[in-house]
Amino acid sequence: MKRSFSFPLLMGLLILATGVLGVVSLLIGPADVSPLRALTALFYEDGAISLVMREIRLPRAILGVSIGISLGLSGAALQGYLRNPLAEGGILGIGSSAALGAVLAIYTGLATVFPLALPLFALTGAFLAVAILFALSGSSYGGSLTLVLAGIAVSSLAAAFTSLVLNLASNPFASYEMVFWMLGSLADRSMLHVELALPFMVLGWIAIGFSAPALDALSLGSDTAASLGVKLSRVRTLVIMGAAASIGAATAVAGSISFVGLVAPHMLRPFVGSRPGRLLPASAFGGAILLTAADIVSRLVAPDRDLKLGVVTALVGAPFFLWLVFRSDRKLP
Amino acid sequence: MIRIIATLLFAVAASCAAASPARVVSMNLCTDQLAMLIASPGQLVSVSALSQDPVMSAMVDEAKTYKANQGRAEEVFIMRPDLVLAGAFTARSTVAMLKRLGFRVEVFQPSQNFADIHTNIKRMGVLLGHEDRASKLLVSFDRELAKFASDSSGPNAPLAAAYYPGGRTSGKKTLMNGIMEAAGWRNFGAELGITGIGNMPLELLVMNRPDAVINAENDALGPVLANENFRHPALLGAIKSGMGLFTIPNRFELCGGPFTIEAVRALDGLRQKISVPVGRSQ
Repeated sequence: MKRSFSFPLLMGLLILATGVLGVVSLLIGPADVSPLRALTALFYEDGAISLVMREIRLPRAILGVSIGISLGLSGAALQGYLRNPLAEGGILGIGSSAALGAVLAIYTGLATVFPLALPLFALTGAFLAVAILFALSGSSYGGSLTLVLAGIAVSSLAAAFTSLVLNLASNPFASYEMVFWMLGSLADRSMLHVELALPFMVLGWIAIGFSAPALDALSLGSDTAASLGVKLSRVRTLVIMGAAASIGAATAVAGSISFVGLVAPHMLRPFVGSRPGRLLPASAFGGAILLTAADIVSRLVAPDRDLKLGVVTALVGAPFFLWLVFRSDRKLP
Repeated sequence: MIRIIATLLFAVAASCAAASPARVVSMNLCTDQLAMLIASPGQLVSVSALSQDPVMSAMVDEAKTYKANQGRAEEVFIMRPDLVLAGAFTARSTVAMLKRLGFRVEVFQPSQNFADIHTNIKRMGVLLGHEDRASKLLVSFDRELAKFASDSSGPNAPLAAAYYPGGRTSGKKTLMNGIMEAAGWRNFGAELGITGIGNMPLELLVMNRPDAVINAENDALGPVLANENFRHPALLGAIKSGMGLFTIPNRFELCGGPFTIEAVRALDGLRQKISVPVGRSQ
C-alpha cells in the first residue's frame, strides 16, 4: 500500500474545496447582487436580498453539498462492499427506484397531505433496489458483470414504472416532469426540501460510517475479514441501509443524479492508498465537490434554461465510465 | 403534364373550398371553440375532448353537445369529415396521415396577440362559409375590448408577472402579454426580454417584487411537482411583505377568442383594486 499523500492533508484540501464551492454556489444566481452584500444578507436582514439568500440560494447550496456527500459516500461504500469498481447508485438503478417511490408519493397527492411520505417512499424504493442487487451479488460469486446487468434491469424497470405513473397521473403536465426525475435538478428547491431530506441523508452517512472498519477488513477477502471478527451480515445491513437512506433522500428532493457516486471514489482512491475505510470520507467530500461544481456549471452555461444537473454529471461521468469498462475489460483473464 | 395535373388539383381544391364544408371535425382546443362559435347547427361533427374540460375550456356546455375526439387519425377517419381543423401543436404525424388519406386539414397558429385572434376568427369564418358571423363576432369583440382602452398604460403602468407552475412565465408574443397590456399592466416577463413562454427565476420575482403575480388557475388538474413553486418559502415571504398573488381562470387565456375579454376584464378589475400609486419606481 503506497501512500504518497498525507490523509489529513487530503481531507483538509477536500473540505476546503467543498467550502469554497459552497460559497461560490451562494454567489451565483439570476438576481444581480454584489458578493459582499449577498453574504452579509445571509446573516443580517436586508429585505428581498435576505429572502433570496436564505430561502433560495442557501437551500440550493446545502442540498448540493449534502446530496454530493450522499452520492460520493454511498458510491464508495457500494464499491467497497461489493468489491466491484462499477457499483454506483445511478448505474445500479438505486436512484431510478428511489425516483419511482418519490413519483408515487407526489403524483397520488399523498405527499401534499403528508410531506414525510416523499422521503419515506423514495427510501423504500431505494431500499428495494439495494436489497435485490445484494441478493443477486450474493448468489453469483465474482459476478461483477451480473450486478451491473441486474442494475440495468432494475433501472429500466423503475424508469418504465415512473413513466407509467406520470402518464396515468390526473394532471396532463405530469409527464413533462420525467426529465426532472431522470436527470435531477436543484433549481428552486427550498428549506422545506432540506428539512425533508437532510435528516435521512445524515442517518445514511452514520450507517455507512459505522461500516468503515469492516470495509477495510473486507478488502482482504471475506474469509480473512470473517477471521478478523467482522460480522458480514452486520456490514451488509449497514451498507444497505446507509446507501438506501442517503440515495433515497437525495433522489426524493433532487431527482436521480448519475455518475457522481462512480467518479468520486475512483478519482480519490489513489490518494488514500486504496483503503476503503479512508476512501469513505474522502469520496464523500469528493462527491460534494463534483455535485456542487456541476450545479454551478449548469447555472453558468445556461442561466435561463434550467439545464438539468444529470446532464452535466453524465457529460463528465459517462466517458469516465466507458474508460473504466475498457480498462477492466483488458484486465480480465 | 405535371402542370396540367397541378392545375386540375388546384381547380378541384378551389371548388371544394368554395362550397362550405358540411362535416367538420376539430382536433384542437382553440379551433374547437372558434368553430363552435361560428359553425351552423350540424356543421361541426366533433370537437377535442379538451374542450369538455372545465379547467381548459371556456365553452364546456356547448362542447358537451358534440362528440369528443382524442385527436387520433383513426377516429377522425371514421367520421369522414370534409374539413379537419387542427392546431399548430397537433401531432404532426396525425396531421400528415390525415392529409395522406386525402382529408382537407387546416392548421391554425395559436393566437399570440389580439391581431392573431382577429386573423383566426376571420379565417374560421371563411373556412366554414360564415364570414358574416365571424365579422359580427369581431365587431362585438372590438367593442368590448375598447372598453378597457387603458388610461394608465405606459411606463407608469403597474407591473405584473405571469407565474405558472414550474416557474414558467409569459414573455413577449404571448396572448397573456396582450391581455396584460390591454388591461393596463406592464409585463415583467416581456421586460426581462423573454419571448414566448420562458423561465421566471424565483430570485428575480422576489427581488423585483412586481405589483401582481398572476397564475393561471389549474389546481383542479391534480398534484404535480411543478406546483411546488407556489409553496416556496421565498414566494410566500414576498407575498407576506405585500406582493400580490392572483389567479385567473386558465380557460380564458389558453386560447384566443371572444372569451379572452374575460381575462382582460379580470386583470383590469385587479388593477383597479390594487390601485397602485402612479409613478412607482422599479
